Amino acid sequence: MEFSTFVFYFFAAILVLAGLRVITARNPVHAALFLVLAFFSAGGIWLLLSAEFLAIVLVMVYVGAVMVLFLFVVMMLDIDFAHLREGFWKYLPVGALIGSLLAVEMGLVIVHGMGGKQMPPVASTIVADQSGAAIQCETNICELGRVLYTEYAYPFELAAMVLLVAMIAAVSLTLRRRSDKYHEKYISPEEQLAARHEDRLILVKMPSEKEIPEEPAAAEGAGR
Amino acid sequence: MSFVSNLYSATAEIFVASMILAIMLATAFARGIARSLAYSLAQLTLIVATFITFFTLNTGGEHAFSNMFVHDVPGGVLKLMVYLSMMIALLYGRGYLAERKLDRPEYYLLALLTTLGMMVMITANHLLVLYVGLEMMSLALYALVAFDRDAVRSTEAGMKYFVLGALASGLLLYGMSMIYGATGSLEIGEVKQAFLGMDDGSMKVLLFGLVFVVAGISFKLGVAPFHMWVPDVYQGSPTAVTLILSSAPKIAAFAMAMRLLAGALPNLAEHWQTMLLFVAAASIMLGNFAALVQRSIKRMLAYSGISHMGFMLLGLLSNSEAGYSSAMFYVIVYALMTLAAFGMVVLLSRDGFEAESIEDFRGLNRRNPWFALLMLFVMFSMAGIPFFVGFFAKLAVLQAVIEAGYLWIAVLAVVMSVVGAFYYLRVVKLMYFDEPIVNTSIKASSELQLMLSINGIAVALLGLMPGTLLKCCEEAMKAAAFAVGG
Repeated sequence: MEFSTFVFYFFAAILVLAGLRVITARNPVHAALFLVLAFFSAGGIWLLLSAEFLAIVLVMVYVGAVMVLFLFVVMMLDIDFAHLREGFWKYLPVGALIGSLLAVEMGLVIVHGMGGKQMPPVASTIVADQSGAAIQCETNICELGRVLYTEYAYPFELAAMVLLVAMIAAVSLTLRRRSDKYHEKYISPEEQLAARHEDRLILVKMPSEKEIPEEPAAAEGAGR
Repeated sequence: MSFVSNLYSATAEIFVASMILAIMLATAFARGIARSLAYSLAQLTLIVATFITFFTLNTGGEHAFSNMFVHDVPGGVLKLMVYLSMMIALLYGRGYLAERKLDRPEYYLLALLTTLGMMVMITANHLLVLYVGLEMMSLALYALVAFDRDAVRSTEAGMKYFVLGALASGLLLYGMSMIYGATGSLEIGEVKQAFLGMDDGSMKVLLFGLVFVVAGISFKLGVAPFHMWVPDVYQGSPTAVTLILSSAPKIAAFAMAMRLLAGALPNLAEHWQTMLLFVAAASIMLGNFAALVQRSIKRMLAYSGISHMGFMLLGLLSNSEAGYSSAMFYVIVYALMTLAAFGMVVLLSRDGFEAESIEDFRGLNRRNPWFALLMLFVMFSMAGIPFFVGFFAKLAVLQAVIEAGYLWIAVLAVVMSVVGAFYYLRVVKLMYFDEPIVNTSIKASSELQLMLSINGIAVALLGLMPGTLLKCCEEAMKAAAFAVGG
């Protein structure tokens, strides 16, 4: 066995086991950590395929950012997991039936369809070179970058607009401007220190004698 | 082809995208007038985009951006219709939003972004671009549905729409990945080519993919087995958003169906015809029967929309040029009718009052005979009563489906139209023969009144001369390179 084959089986085994534990772990924090492990092993397999850029992105974005955030959320939320599991046995027969039906259907297609046959070659856009092979790329970062900004420029720009949609939507649905200035989270020191003369001394004008107003209702009133 | 010449084909898209950015900046600095500024700039954007699309219309099916973008006549016509629907929807909704303090500049930004998504979908020639356009449209719509964020119903509707929409996007994407697996390409022309000389195995995978793609399309059109979201979302969202939701996205979803089914997979027509046949039959029956028992006018119109989309599918599944153009005619006519109908709901909801119930139309003739007459036009047209435009739309799809040899579904559709006529005519009966509950006269801005009148009259007049629009759809489909037959 070649060394790379050994490495592949090593990572693949960890990946499959970690994937299994993600859905069987009782504690959601453990499940999330197993998912991190699964990402790491998938990254390893990608490295083996010399897709180093994707491997790094997977580890940096998914493990570094998404999963950490997810872990925080899982730890912060007080979810009653026993309650979530309640209906398991009740729904198991239906779920198992549908699941096995799907599995059988897919199995039929795969067995009948792809048994020993070669998949068609991917009409690869990654190896194609539009500008006449001016640039020889050795790394896949270079390859990706070249098609991303030439051939896939249109969907690339559109993806940027989709991110803009997400930004505008998130802000417009959650941002609340506080209209009352006393509910602001800070008071500017300028305002705090400012002293106005009307705050220091207030002159109140009061009459020396108080007139008692006559009450016409009281004169006619019954219960007085 | 140099990169710059690509830009020419996508002038309208680029213009709308830059205007979105410009409006975002402008409204951030314009404090006091931000609301009206955003509205007028949004309308201006749509008007200029209309001119751009109109004057670049006559370029026959050229491709741009490494074949990811197609610049063809049906795409241009559908884009023009999308602009028109959005213009009308924004105009109708303005007063409604202002009264409820919802006319924040973001509303118009999201409306323009959803328009941009539809434009991208309509001109997509690549499954990836189609999907990105779909997501742009849907994400902006989810936010619009939940725009009245303090109302529980609006946020609930947004949540429902988002969860189910994400599921549908997943299904569609799954189908697309299978198509990619079977054909080795995501480009629509190449997917079609790859069918020739395909082995049995890839064929099965392709069929698998087709099932998921049809499910995804059905969800976005809101037809029968995937219709659950339609009534709840229509009812829950602010009526101004329902206006948008019920008109332009249907046109874009129709374009998506055309690109995917007639454009990419015409060779699997016998399979998707059968699938669409069941979907259409189910939606026509369910839509009409469920609409019978609705109390809320928005839910009634939602169910009627389900049945209308079923009708539209009849044209699509005929898989002929006449069928495609009749489906296109139907979806355009439906957009006009539904805009007028929801416009009427907006007109009646004044002063913090929502004209939710069908009962609110009671005695409208006494309160305002002119708008009662317009509503009568719209209801008659939706019911398919002769010499209104809805009748010709139904006639065209029925002709196409009979020619395709599916007589039974044509009979079913006609019978169901009779059932449907009941609930449309009930509204007319309430308007003309019942006493009004409230006697207040109708107050609305003059622009809303004027546009609604034009819209209502258009529904009636197009019925007297449906030839022009129908001819336009036929020409558009003839100019397109959609393969017909097996």
